[in-house]
Amino acid sequence: MTASKGRAKGTNRLPLLAQAGPVSLWMILFVTIPMLFIIFISFMTRGTFGGVEYTPSLESYQTMMEVTYFHIIVKSLGVAAETTIACLIVGYPFAYYIARKPPATASRLITLLMIPFWTNSLMRLNAWMLIFQTNGPVNNFMLNTHMIDKPITFIFTDGLVLLGLITNYLPFAVLPMYSSIEKLQKPILEASADLGAKPSVTLLKVTLPLTFPGIFSAIILTFIPALGTYVITDMLGGGKVLYIGNIIKNQFGTIRNWPLGAAMSVLLLAVTALMIFLYSRFAKVEDMEVV
Amino acid sequence: MEKAIVALKGVNKWYGNNHVVKDLDLEVAEGEFLTLLGPSGCGKTTTLRMIAGFEDASSGRIEVQGEGVDEKEPYQRDVNTVFQSYSLFPHLNVFDNIAYGPRIKKRPKEEIEQDVEEMLRLVQMSGYEKRKPDALSGGQKQRIAIARALINKPRVLLLDEPLGALDLKLRKQMQIELKRLQKKLGITFIYVTHDQEEAMSMSDRIAVMKDGIILQIDKPTEIYNRPNCRFVADFIGESNIMGGTVTKVEGDLLTVATPDGEVQTKGVGFAVGEEIDISVRTEYLECSSEPAGSFSLKATIRDFTNMGTVIKTSALTASGKELRISAFEQDENLHEGQDVYLFWKPEKSVPIHREQKEAKA
Repeated sequence: MTASKGRAKGTNRLPLLAQAGPVSLWMILFVTIPMLFIIFISFMTRGTFGGVEYTPSLESYQTMMEVTYFHIIVKSLGVAAETTIACLIVGYPFAYYIARKPPATASRLITLLMIPFWTNSLMRLNAWMLIFQTNGPVNNFMLNTHMIDKPITFIFTDGLVLLGLITNYLPFAVLPMYSSIEKLQKPILEASADLGAKPSVTLLKVTLPLTFPGIFSAIILTFIPALGTYVITDMLGGGKVLYIGNIIKNQFGTIRNWPLGAAMSVLLLAVTALMIFLYSRFAKVEDMEVV
Repeated sequence: MEKAIVALKGVNKWYGNNHVVKDLDLEVAEGEFLTLLGPSGCGKTTTLRMIAGFEDASSGRIEVQGEGVDEKEPYQRDVNTVFQSYSLFPHLNVFDNIAYGPRIKKRPKEEIEQDVEEMLRLVQMSGYEKRKPDALSGGQKQRIAIARALINKPRVLLLDEPLGALDLKLRKQMQIELKRLQKKLGITFIYVTHDQEEAMSMSDRIAVMKDGIILQIDKPTEIYNRPNCRFVADFIGESNIMGGTVTKVEGDLLTVATPDGEVQTKGVGFAVGEEIDISVRTEYLECSSEPAGSFSLKATIRDFTNMGTVIKTSALTASGKELRISAFEQDENLHEGQDVYLFWKPEKSVPIHREQKEAKA
């Protein structure tokens, strides 16, 4: 009797485990464990010859608060914020324009937006370098039209890094905003005009608030990767301007200070978690179904 | 007619090669409840949207209060619209939805608060200020949409099938409320619907539209009793329509030869030999087992249908035409398959010239 009871219980449990099992297992193996390991390492000590000594310490976090690193963190946050704001300012009108086109035209425009992403990102970055180098087309054009007397150095400047970041992350900003603007129904905008609102007022009081979830998604999808990037900053910044991404890469690579690299990663993780928390708090609650 | 508050003069609307509104002339009097009635695709909604300013007329002139509005954007026009889809702002609560218009006009805060409360009382929705639109039922949403439009004190309210999404019972109730509201406020209503019953019960005048033209514009009773063409007779209420040739004209009494025999009707402006249609409302068609009246048509009873308030009797004439009769009570003496005589009082039928207006459409 007890056996059959146990079996009944077992059969009851198995399907549930079978459903959630593989996914949970995958998540635990490839996400949770590595993440916990990173957090764990960040609280350990740096080994003399580059390894990790398993004696707990806050050494890495203290290093992170030192002026040099703290400055880099603030600067990285600043560049990521600039990238995000620029992507929103350029991306929103673009997304709006696409969303108001007939579906066939819209999907063609989106394809155009995505085409650069079928090419290798290193090639795209090299292309920017070629365009902006000392004897590249931009400098040549400005020299020939006498806008300048001698070539401007664009390469390895913060400005070019920012341009690279913006062009790289723009599609990630446009797509979520497009999908939320597209859902916005025309009668809602007509109702606003009918009640006396000029187009600018409708934009502020109806369109922007109703597409806020898309804007917030765009912020997350540009800010977080822009904060962690190192390829773009390395290539266009020439490696001489350091950002969080470069530091993490170097700590795990050449410098071999894993605990510090891990601590920096934990910081990125914390920023990401905070933003996702804010998103779930403010963007999701609003029911976007138009009534 | 009193002073027209809205006037359309020779208005045309083309969508590419599609001529949806054709040379439309329309005058709406101050305080009037006018309904644009017609099947889908007849141009009624387009006409309304042109008055609101959401569509530009391809040609012609639209006037509101005697002033051309063709150059004015929707937000500059002194009319407000109640949409079929309600179109409440989902991110704003009921209070903010209603206060949207007055706030844009930068009216004082206390005044807005008072007005919103008054509007909520008017549409019987007091106490719902803090609700979000998605927490309201369809009927409640429509009340808020009406309040949101009325708070702007428009001279003209445009309503685009506002009750279309509601169930029958609620729709009937809202019809009565809307009509009372319109009378109380004295605002001109231009109302678009495809529901002829709705049009009949609410309107001061009905404009029946088809294929971009107005076929007939008149008081509901006139439209019902004196349809000027076959389409109107058929679209409004339930009619039996028979074709025939006028054989005798005595004053306004016409004798008409139909395939099933001679019948009589009353009307002026018809000549002997003219091919006409005769429209007889189902409630005016009578049925008897013996010949009666000044004429009668032989027919066989096909079946009876109980519609609740009325019983419908269907009868077939010798030529195979189906005629329908509606009556409050079923004649006990009649049964299916029985041969009967059909007749009507000549003044209760309408002679109609053949397809002249519709030919234009």
